[in-house]
Amino acid sequence: MVTKEQVYNWLEEVSDPEIPVLSVIDLGVVRDAQLIEGEWLITITPTYSGCPAMKTMEEDILSKLKEKGIDSAHVELVLAPAWSTDWLSENGRIKLREYGIAPPEHEVDKSVLFAEPTVVPCPKCHSRNTRMVSQFGSTACKALYQCNDCQEPYDYFKCLK
Amino acid sequence: MKNEALFNYLLRLGDDSLILGQRLAEWCGHGPILEEDIAMTNISLDLIGQAMSLLDYAGTIEGEGRDCDKLGLLRYEKEYVNVLLVEQPNGDFGDTMMRQFLFDAFRKPLYERLLNSSDKQLAAIADKSLKETRYHLKHSSEWVIRLGDGTEESHERVQNSLNTLWRYTDELFYTDAVETELTASGILPDLSGIRAEWESTVKSVFAEATLEIPTNNWKFEGGRKGRHSEHFGHLLSELQYMQRAYPNLQW
Repeated sequence: MVTKEQVYNWLEEVSDPEIPVLSVIDLGVVRDAQLIEGEWLITITPTYSGCPAMKTMEEDILSKLKEKGIDSAHVELVLAPAWSTDWLSENGRIKLREYGIAPPEHEVDKSVLFAEPTVVPCPKCHSRNTRMVSQFGSTACKALYQCNDCQEPYDYFKCLK
Repeated sequence: MKNEALFNYLLRLGDDSLILGQRLAEWCGHGPILEEDIAMTNISLDLIGQAMSLLDYAGTIEGEGRDCDKLGLLRYEKEYVNVLLVEQPNGDFGDTMMRQFLFDAFRKPLYERLLNSSDKQLAAIADKSLKETRYHLKHSSEWVIRLGDGTEESHERVQNSLNTLWRYTDELFYTDAVETELTASGILPDLSGIRAEWESTVKSVFAEATLEIPTNNWKFEGGRKGRHSEHFGHLLSELQYMQRAYPNLQW
C-alpha cells in the first residue's frame, strides 16, 4: 500500500525545470496527494499565473509516478490558496543559496509604493552591500541583483505575498 | 449557458489582460535596455497567464467546449471586449509605461475587491493576479516618476503620452447590465470605490512625477461593445496568425 508520505518522497525526485536544484516539494507547489478510488490525484498550484514550467512539472510528476509503478494518476492545477514564497521549504532556501540564487527575504508589502529595494545578501560572499539591477529577472519568479563587493551578478528569488 | 453575465464579465477581464500582454510582448527584443526588455516580457507573461485563467473559466461557464486558446485566438474583432486603452500602440517606452501605469492603477483596486466575490474561482484568480499586479504597479509608477521628473525631454515626452492616453481612461470604469446583474446576484462585490482609489493613485504619482492631468475631457469608449480602434485589427492579425494559418496547431 503506497502512502501519501511515499508519494511525497518520490516527488522529491522531480525537479523544477527552471531551477533544477529545487524539487517540486521544496518549491511548495505540490499541495496535496490523495488516493481517490484507486487513482492518485496530485494537486499543484502555479507560482506565477503565466509560469511556463507548470505543464512540464505536471508531465514530470506523472512520469515519475509511472516509473515508481503508479499508472493511475492525474494532476490538477488549483489557484487557491495562492502560492507565496512562504511556501518554499527551509531545505529549498538552503539549496537555492548554495546554487547561487538568493532566497526570498521577508519584504515589505508590495502595495507600498516607492519603498527602498530589499537588502538581499550576496549568495556568494554573503555581503549585504548589494544592489538591485532590475525588478525582473531571467524568469517570472526572479529579480536581478549584483554584489557591490565581489561583483557577482545573481538572481534573487523575489518575495511574492 | 449557466450565467451569461459572468461569461461576459470574464471576457472583459480576460481580453484586457490578453491584449495588453500581446502589446507588451511586441517589445521582446526591442526594449531600450536589456533589463526593461525582460521586465516588459515578464509582465506580458503574467498578463497572458491571467488571461488564460480568466478565459478558461469563461469557457467553462459558457459550456460549449471553448478554452482559453479558442476564446483568445479564434474570435472575430467585434467579439473582443477589451477597453481601448490596452490596444493602443506601444509608441515609445514612455507611452508604454504610461499605458501600463494607468491600467495597473485600475487593476489593483479591482482585484482587491474581487477577492470578496462569492464566486470562488473568480476570487481565486483575483488572489493570484493581485500579487503580480502589485509588482507591476510598483514598476510602472516608478518609471512614470523617473520619466516625468527626469530630463526636460523625458518630461515633455511622457506628458504627451499622458495627454494622449488620458482620453482612454474613462472607459476603464464602464459598466452596464453585465455588472449590474452580477452585483445583484452577489457575484460582484461593490465596485463603486475603485474610481476614487484609482484617481488618488494617479494623482499622487503624477504629483511626484511633476505631470499635469489634461483638462481635455473628450473621452473615447467602445471596446466593451466590440467597437475597436483602427490599431486592433493589425494586432489581431499577428495574435491570431498561427491558428488561422494552421488551424488547431499545437506545440
